[in-house]
Amino acid sequence: MTRPQAPSVVQNSGQVLPAGHEPANLGDILERVLDRGIVIAGDIRVSLLDIELLTLKLRLVIASVDTARQIGIDWWEHDPWLSSRARPPVEPGPRDPEQVEAERRPRVAAKARRRDAELEEWNEFDG
Amino acid sequence: MSSTVEAAAARPAVAGAWLHGVVRDADRAALAAIAGMDGAPVRAVSAAGLVAVVSTAPLDEYGEQPLRRNLEDLAWLERAARAHHEVVAALARRGPVVPARLATVHTDDGRVAESLAARRAELVATLDRLTGRGEWGVKGYLVPGAAAVSAEPAGAGGVGTAYLRRRRAQLTARDEGQQAASAAAEEVHAALCELAVAGRRHAPQDRRLSGAATSMVLNGAYLLDLAVLADFTALVGALADRHPEIKLELTGPWPPYSFVAERPAEPTHTVREPR
Repeated sequence: MTRPQAPSVVQNSGQVLPAGHEPANLGDILERVLDRGIVIAGDIRVSLLDIELLTLKLRLVIASVDTARQIGIDWWEHDPWLSSRARPPVEPGPRDPEQVEAERRPRVAAKARRRDAELEEWNEFDG
Repeated sequence: MSSTVEAAAARPAVAGAWLHGVVRDADRAALAAIAGMDGAPVRAVSAAGLVAVVSTAPLDEYGEQPLRRNLEDLAWLERAARAHHEVVAALARRGPVVPARLATVHTDDGRVAESLAARRAELVATLDRLTGRGEWGVKGYLVPGAAAVSAEPAGAGGVGTAYLRRRRAQLTARDEGQQAASAAAEEVHAALCELAVAGRRHAPQDRRLSGAATSMVLNGAYLLDLAVLADFTALVGALADRHPEIKLELTGPWPPYSFVAERPAEPTHTVREPR
């Protein structure tokens, strides 16, 4: 089979840009390998429902891990649901629970504010 | 991953087979040059006149429990998805291939051969349908403010009224922009389908997955005879010029992931259980 010519990105200006970026966009690959392709019942049954939940969570995370890290989003690294390597933040030893709670509160509030801001921005386009 | 280690210790590691795809025949030397899941070359499992291309998949990593855990690990998932896709893409460059969905694992090569024999007629028909063809993707993104906006009526009223009127006009414009973009997506898809052997509209990717600045209104996949590729590329360009309200992006060639099912995939994110 002859190798088809290089693909291109076509923009409205009529400008044609070379494409076929390597490596391909992770989102494009994931939607194909997770949702499409022939389903052959293997011996190892991993519930596809679990994978769907994963893609939903992924979509909440961000385009790619690297992009997310670059803009400082890394909370999934401490989310056991998303990372089997997740570890709780290192604590030097037993601490006064009240002090821990007092330190935690502003962080949680900041995180919630960030999330709300993101959701608002998200809804603006998708709503 | 201490639990993985315990599982491995409790049960000797058995080598399973991770299925990448099915082809008519495969040159063993060519397969030796394709790196599989863990970097080792992929292997051929021949049965029923077909060849399954597999990676050796130790069950302490790819068995049911470890696999479920690993799929929830973003880094593992990304590595697995890319490795699997690279193998399928390498096969597609050599000839028709039926790509397997991610994480299709059999306990040994004999079980892979049984699957080939059981699905032989369907696999052969699919390979025939895919010969000399490839999959291309066309995505369309909303271009904010590109649709014709109703002129803002000048009128009397105070600052508050003016603000409310302006705000309402903005919301209306956004609504109209969305509708215009959706209509354009319909037209573009219909036009592309006329040139393609088959076309599918998949659920638009979320912006967080697409990484795009605006929402996706078209996520199309098209199976093309390779002979019409130049015409198809030109058509995408012409459609982009005709519809400034959406930005079109052409990607490909892709292995025919979207065209291996008997029936068109649902245009939603529904994932079906394996039978």
